[in-house]
Amino acid sequence: MISETAKKRRFESLALPHLNAAYNLARWLLRDEYTAQDAVQEAYFRAFKFFDSFKGNEIRPWLLGIVRNECWSHLRHDSYKQGHMEFDDELHSETHEHAGRNPEAALLAKAHSQEINNAIAALPSAYKETLILRELEELSYEEIAHISGIPIGTVMSRLARARSLLRVALSRGEK
Amino acid sequence: MKSMDQEDQELSTLIKSQATRYAAPLELSKGIKQTLSTFDAQAKMTEALPFFHWKNWQRWMPISIAFASGIGASLCLHAVLLEQHQQESFVQEVVSGHIRSLQAEHLTDVASSNQHTVKPWFTGKLDFSPPVHDFSDKGYPLVGGRLDYMQGRSVAGLIYHRHQHTINVFIWPDTQNSNNAAKTFSKNGFNIVEWADHGMQYWAVSDLNTEELKQFIGLLQHPA
Repeated sequence: MISETAKKRRFESLALPHLNAAYNLARWLLRDEYTAQDAVQEAYFRAFKFFDSFKGNEIRPWLLGIVRNECWSHLRHDSYKQGHMEFDDELHSETHEHAGRNPEAALLAKAHSQEINNAIAALPSAYKETLILRELEELSYEEIAHISGIPIGTVMSRLARARSLLRVALSRGEK
Repeated sequence: MKSMDQEDQELSTLIKSQATRYAAPLELSKGIKQTLSTFDAQAKMTEALPFFHWKNWQRWMPISIAFASGIGASLCLHAVLLEQHQQESFVQEVVSGHIRSLQAEHLTDVASSNQHTVKPWFTGKLDFSPPVHDFSDKGYPLVGGRLDYMQGRSVAGLIYHRHQHTINVFIWPDTQNSNNAAKTFSKNGFNIVEWADHGMQYWAVSDLNTEELKQFIGLLQHPA
């Protein structure tokens, strides 16, 4: 039997390098730094408790799956409390400020960091999750499917939907 | 006309270069390490016992000793369970008090962040004077005070905030006049810390993470 100390050391050396990925996902999904920290801390605690069930291939998808589940239980709790999911009005008011720009201008050159962030933040959580895992964490479709507990086909369709919603949001800012 | 793939590629590049990839704050990794080390310490304690027994069993086989130690162990276990049971009911009561205060929207009887308003308010309502300090400058503002009833007596309830979290601190005079170091519990998702200091018994309860709760308790124990 491996001692608890050795187990802890192994867990730390495997799991802590992915803390940024874990926090980034939680921060995007929960949209608040303190709630995100709580969720990640809770998720790591849970991951350590169930570390024996990790069968040693890639720790990142396994760990992010736990983080993701923790975030969703926070989201469900919040939506229950508020009776609805939060919708980002800020995004829509802000993009109007850019009215009167050349509509032919390339999307790429015009979209600023703030606009991109707002547009991603306004996505429904499920699409946001897929997009963040794919674009910012650069995970494979298989890994995302594993993390989110959905078929690969759903990962692809969510990603396509997320991208088209983003395009709409960003092009609204250009006209 | 651009192809779909090309457009996806451009959008992908745009996201990768412009969207924020949030970095984990330093205190998060500290908090996780701390949580893991408490887990570790607990595990060591439970590991130590069977190992010790095994050693004895190997060396001192005689059944009489095994019998005697069996009785001894069951007595110890009994005492431990009794104490645990008592502690468990304390913890339950404190958590219930906390939940009640949030549910009934009866968090404060006196709402003030001014310690010089809250402390005198307790005078005449309690047979003791609880220490009241505001820690707004440290990020734990005092919200107010409340009378509560626990362990068969009236107790002082102090309410603090930390971000969106509420912390209830219950204080009453400690009959044994002991100085107990802080003990941490968790129940139903709440973290609870108990300690005794300068003749007062303290129970703090919150849904705040253990790390920040401990920091807050440090402030209570050593108000500047």
